[in-house]
Amino acid sequence: METTLLCYILFFPLLGFFINGLVAFFRHDLETACQRYLGWSEEHFFHRSALFSACIGVGVIVLSFLAGICGFVRLIGMAEGGRVLTQTLFPWIHSGSVRLDFALQFDALSAIMVLVVTGVGSLIHIYSVGYMHGDKGFCRYFAYLNLFIFAMLTLVLGKNLLVLFIGWEGVGLASYLLIGFWFTDAEKARAGKKAFITNRVGDFGFILGALLLFALFGTLDCYGINQAAHAAKLPSLYLNLAALLLFVGACGKSAQIPLYVWLPDAMAGPTPVSALIHAATMVTAGVYMVARMSALYFAAPIAMSVVAIIGAATAIFAATIGLVQTDIKKVLAYSTVSQLGYMFLACGVGAPILAIFHLVTHAFFKACLFLGAGSVIHGMGGEQDITKMGGLKHKMPVTCWTFFIATLAIAGFPPLSGFVSKDEILFYAFASKHGSVALWGVAALAALCTSFYMFRLFYLTFLGENRSDHHVYEHVHESPATMKWVLVALAFLSVVGGIIAVPHTMVPFHMPNYLEHWLGTLMHNAELTEAGEHLSSIFIAISVIVAFLGLGIAHAMYGRKSDLAAKMAAKAGCIYRLVLNKYWIDELYTKYIYTPIYKLSETILFQVFDKKCIDGSVNGSGKVCQKISRIALKMQQGDMQFYLLYMVVGLLVLSAVIFFNVVK
Amino acid sequence: MKESLLTITIFAPLLFAILVAIVPRGQRKLIEWGSLVFSAVVFGLAITLFLSFDAHKASPFQFNQSFAWLPQLGISFSVGLDGVSLLLFTLTTLLVPLVVLASWTQISKLIKEYYVLLFVLETAMLGTFAVTNLVVFFIFWEMMLIPMFFLIGIWGSEQRIFATIKFVLFTAAGSFMMLAAIIYVYLAHHTQFGVWSASFTDLYRLQLPANVQLYLFLAFALAFAIKVPMFPFHTWLPDAHVQAPTAGSVILAGVLLKMGTYGFIRLAMPLFPQALYVCMPYLIMLAVVAIIYGAFVSYVQSDIKKLVAYSSISHMGYVMLGLLMLNQQGVEGAVLQMVNHGISTGGLFLLVGALYQRYHTREIAAYSGMAHSIPKFATVFVIITLSSVGLPLTNGFVGEFLVLLGAFQRAAALYHVEKCLSFFITPVLAASGMIFSALYMLWLVERVFFGKPAEEAAAHAHGEHGGYDLTVAEMIYFAPIVVFIFWIGVYPMYFLNKAALSVAAFVALFNK
Repeated sequence: METTLLCYILFFPLLGFFINGLVAFFRHDLETACQRYLGWSEEHFFHRSALFSACIGVGVIVLSFLAGICGFVRLIGMAEGGRVLTQTLFPWIHSGSVRLDFALQFDALSAIMVLVVTGVGSLIHIYSVGYMHGDKGFCRYFAYLNLFIFAMLTLVLGKNLLVLFIGWEGVGLASYLLIGFWFTDAEKARAGKKAFITNRVGDFGFILGALLLFALFGTLDCYGINQAAHAAKLPSLYLNLAALLLFVGACGKSAQIPLYVWLPDAMAGPTPVSALIHAATMVTAGVYMVARMSALYFAAPIAMSVVAIIGAATAIFAATIGLVQTDIKKVLAYSTVSQLGYMFLACGVGAPILAIFHLVTHAFFKACLFLGAGSVIHGMGGEQDITKMGGLKHKMPVTCWTFFIATLAIAGFPPLSGFVSKDEILFYAFASKHGSVALWGVAALAALCTSFYMFRLFYLTFLGENRSDHHVYEHVHESPATMKWVLVALAFLSVVGGIIAVPHTMVPFHMPNYLEHWLGTLMHNAELTEAGEHLSSIFIAISVIVAFLGLGIAHAMYGRKSDLAAKMAAKAGCIYRLVLNKYWIDELYTKYIYTPIYKLSETILFQVFDKKCIDGSVNGSGKVCQKISRIALKMQQGDMQFYLLYMVVGLLVLSAVIFFNVVK
Repeated sequence: MKESLLTITIFAPLLFAILVAIVPRGQRKLIEWGSLVFSAVVFGLAITLFLSFDAHKASPFQFNQSFAWLPQLGISFSVGLDGVSLLLFTLTTLLVPLVVLASWTQISKLIKEYYVLLFVLETAMLGTFAVTNLVVFFIFWEMMLIPMFFLIGIWGSEQRIFATIKFVLFTAAGSFMMLAAIIYVYLAHHTQFGVWSASFTDLYRLQLPANVQLYLFLAFALAFAIKVPMFPFHTWLPDAHVQAPTAGSVILAGVLLKMGTYGFIRLAMPLFPQALYVCMPYLIMLAVVAIIYGAFVSYVQSDIKKLVAYSSISHMGYVMLGLLMLNQQGVEGAVLQMVNHGISTGGLFLLVGALYQRYHTREIAAYSGMAHSIPKFATVFVIITLSSVGLPLTNGFVGEFLVLLGAFQRAAALYHVEKCLSFFITPVLAASGMIFSALYMLWLVERVFFGKPAEEAAAHAHGEHGGYDLTVAEMIYFAPIVVFIFWIGVYPMYFLNKAALSVAAFVALFNK
């Protein structure tokens, strides 16, 4: 159904971006003007402009959220089969037979994403007001944050892959700007650039995938492609290739092996940004895209397996790195990478609905964890090293308890949201037609690691004795109200979030699976194998055991005063160092990709080819001309004897010619 | 009046050049303001043309006007615009007022001569885009060289003489071959049809044997390839760009390079279609090489201007690739990319010029953390950078996407005939340019604008000249650039529609 509602969802954040952006751009002029005409002091101006930006920044997102709810309500009111709102804004790229419009679409899946993005987005905007209080770039910060929401909404509302790509690159830009927000720190600016470039590698795959799909089906419309792929009689090579290329894009955006390297570095940005962009929303864009194109992936079995394998591998790989990190945000970053791996695993074993489910619950508990971490960092005056924390429970109780709840959720303790979604993914990894024991085993091991590193983090941060400088400890304080209440709200959602999709097997009484029903017309989970179907209660038990096991080990190592952790680290030796150094992947990339490209360009292409070969041959031909001229020059140096000689020789030659002609 | 509007627009700058020449030397303000107002008037005239251009009219050229010049030889001064030249024509008139404004503060010696040459150059450029007669085309083509030679040679940086001679020699080397080919084509038309004519539309009808076509095509292509510049004829470009004054660099990148691609689309390709098919694989290869080579080499530059110059080679590679795809998407993408490159790279050169004016160095290493001291400047720089790396909703994306789409369409079409995946290598390699462009541009931004604010650069900025943010004049000349970046990016149809029919006619030549 056509509607004019959808542009409002997009319009508000864009408006916020413009207003805040202009204020940030003309900050100095405004300041001078206000000082001169209104008599405001510098401080006055700073506070009022910050208040203005905060109101605009938060306000537009809330408005967008309300518009999203309006759309959601309208969807509910529609007949089940046709729950989709569309709006074509204007023709974007038309060329010959190619017709690509700037068209939006709001269906069941988009609705969920819009609500998560604007809902969690609103909370994090509110939190940011407190967190960024007093920062010089306050207006700029909110401008970027609004820009991000605009791009993310374009991504989830895009009707065709090209509009989706606008958002896809747009969130990359916002992420680049926000990671490097404190740009005077070279390290942070570099992290921003790294994120953008790594994402670009993924985008390269994405655009090729889109172009290939266009060449195959003549359309970039998401529904159109899904339908065509479903009905395709094409050799599956193309579909697999196209699906894999799109997945390369997803790997970049959602930080999967081998393109995950940017996400841990992205923690250089302000913590609310890490929560919003690098945990709750943007990094799930890849999952969203794969779920959106699920019919294509179902038609491309090889690509599906690759998705599942990459997902499982990333889950365990990142989880092991998370075991030994000491930076509070880095632990959470690797945890995010690992959880995203679960979502792809779900997609890969043919359970896109579960992927979306986990995406939603993860958004709640990971946002809560990150904001909790932000609260800790805020309270500790910028300290991020967990080995220098401890005992914060007494100083910041709200942060501690909300963090604890979210930890329980991510570790998979029943009946919290994380348990429900993760357990289902593990079950599907085994019991789905596309699943296998190996996938399940890897995922379960990763779950054990998750539970362990999360409790390790919790113990080291909040429990035990304080290990920081006592001056620092004295100044530790609970965060302001805007931050506290956001934490409480997110903790609440982490507890109850699972309710939207409780599987039938998990509870003895009947409880509707809202999510599966809601998304049912768009996508479906793959069928289960017969053997798997009966084993669900065993899997639930195993999940619970794994979660407790992780807690137990963490308690044994960090709960009491023991040097068990240090001892184990010493014992593990080189493996410990390998994991601690993140498997030296960054170093490998630098050594085998980055440096060779630079050296090739610098020495061979620029110095040798450009300067020596091309310019050399140009200059060389000039020199040859000069040489020839010099020879010609010698013939006329004004020496009469030489001129006589030439004349005589000339005469001789001429007479010889004439003579022979006559004789003939 | 209306019939002569195009002719008036072409010669108006020349008229003003004469007016400037008779203004007394001391009247600096008068010359500068006059130049600005007048170049804006020329832009206004071009806008009038742009608006009254009928995008749905099938005839090849509009605003036609012809004056007999050498009637016995069939050489007439005839002008006309089609969709493609219309866009480039308007772009040229847009860039001139911008560079005039930029020159106000950056040019302080021989002001009168400077503006005279600038306006002579404008007439030459407008003429080259608008004439429809081969002989007159060549006259305007060569006429561009002279003012540019002096602009670089007099107002350039330290090694300006070397650079300007290199520039002129490279270009002239190509032109002489083209002149020979022009004479041959002109004579061949007489032998074939019995009348003397050098008008484009007449010459398109020429039927030449394949081997003759090949030689003629190579002669034309060499001249145009040097102008584009295509790999490996590009080495004049970095030197010319680096040494030229800001206005020279902007005009060079924004307009003169387009002359090469415009020559391909207007002359070399339609005149010699058979030869084009023979050379196509090599030209495509060179275009792809240019995309990647330009990006790699610009990645390692230590001079900001040189980096931007090499990036031009990469961008122009996309234009050539799009043209050679000979389908609607590819050629439309190429045409749009010509305009985009003029705006974005022109904008980058304006920025570099303004930065140089503040800190007197183009060495990247001398800068660091400039976003701290000149935030507005940095914002504009980042916006134009994003356009240069082709972020969606900026102009660069639309052009690059259409070129890639065209390349993919062609690969898919060829694949249907011969089942060979290697056709896809071209679009894949071309698309990899989007990674590398981000690599060198963002690294540049990172080194210049981010990081610890540099004291070294601050030291370079002496007294009143250093360290100020965008001035009002600068905001005025960057505003149109930013506006066009987003306008073309968000709603490209306004511009694509103008060119669509002309491109379709061009493509139809090859799909008979």
